[in-house]
Amino acid sequence: MATDPSASIALRVNGKDVEGSAEARTLLVDFLRDTLRLTGTHIGCDTSQCGACVVHLDGVAVKSCTVLAVQAAGREVRTIEGLADADGSLHPMQEAFRQHHGLQCGFCTPGMVMTAIELAQSAEPLTPERVREGLEGNICRCTGYHNIVQAVLAGAAAMRQ
Amino acid sequence: MYRFTYHQPADLDEAVQIASSSEDGSYLAGGMTLIPTMKFRLAGPSDLIDLGAVEALRGITDEGGRLRIGAASTHAEVAASALVTGRLPALAGLASRIGDPAVRNRGTIGGSIANADPAADYPAALLALDAEVITNRRAIAAADFFTGFFSTALDPGELVTAIRFAVPAQAAYQKAPNPASRFALAGVFVARHADGTRVAVTGAGQFATRYPAFEAALDASFTPATAAGVTVEEAGLMTDLHASAAYRAHLISVMAKRAVAAC
Repeated sequence: MATDPSASIALRVNGKDVEGSAEARTLLVDFLRDTLRLTGTHIGCDTSQCGACVVHLDGVAVKSCTVLAVQAAGREVRTIEGLADADGSLHPMQEAFRQHHGLQCGFCTPGMVMTAIELAQSAEPLTPERVREGLEGNICRCTGYHNIVQAVLAGAAAMRQ
Repeated sequence: MYRFTYHQPADLDEAVQIASSSEDGSYLAGGMTLIPTMKFRLAGPSDLIDLGAVEALRGITDEGGRLRIGAASTHAEVAASALVTGRLPALAGLASRIGDPAVRNRGTIGGSIANADPAADYPAALLALDAEVITNRRAIAAADFFTGFFSTALDPGELVTAIRFAVPAQAAYQKAPNPASRFALAGVFVARHADGTRVAVTGAGQFATRYPAFEAALDASFTPATAAGVTVEEAGLMTDLHASAAYRAHLISVMAKRAVAAC
């Protein structure tokens, strides 16, 4: 299968079937932001270091600046916009970030939350140390890590209830 | 990123066929190095052959006492595999400390060794674990596979399909990671096989290599103190913005000592 310079990509995003046009070289993060107008997923470093662009691809956390949009064709993507309920009530991890002041400027927050949700779904028990390891690929330049770790621990506990 | 034509072959034959008929095609595994390199326009393949749908590259199996890991196995899969954690915990531990969780969810063992980054972790494991690299054409001993700085014995279009590891009595890997990238400033893999100890170092030189001086000393006396007593020459080690050759030589010594202690 070869994809023409610009082709239509169909995938499922936050529970909805969507379609959009993209070049083969279009990054998933650009497709989400520019084509689908889901601007909650941020571009920080654009070099797979900072984690601001983390989304779930078939349930697995990935850096969407380092995945091609065409690689997501036919698959399921979940972004920060897909977490809250239809009535606006926050996902337990979002609520924990709010309660524990797990953000300052908020730029890294979408990626932090998406990574934290995958971490909370792992079978092993979470400790502050384990959370810090799990967030190695997510950088907060406000350096507010202490409250982020508290938020992830609380969010994970709430998700397990 | 330069334009390219994207392909998603369904099987190995189709993948190899597309590569051989393309002008300057490149296989795409996890993309954790290739995509950033293309973004910097340091690579501009005419065709990208995505291996994501090729089932034959997946799976981790016990093959007559050797452990066979499919080339498209992600670092996360290797780290979590019951077979690897049970038989080769040092290798599972190595995989669990590559990059960060999102990188481990995408990056693959085959992609890592085909790229042959001088600071990648897996090359040290392949050399110390007497591995064979299986390609679509042949089996290559790890000793013959890594040939230089980002260089391997792979021919154009040749595709790594699996890696077969020997399972030693004891093994351990220790690395001093770059604090930002988690690539090894120096990583030492120590394995005690029935026919002797193998010690391989990554991150410090132009490419991963075995260190016979450590092996001879440890065969005589397998203790951390023995490892610490082996003189590591600076000659041939890298100096870059992350560390000097002298610092890397010191790190090799410390990591070797720790790896022996962890066996």
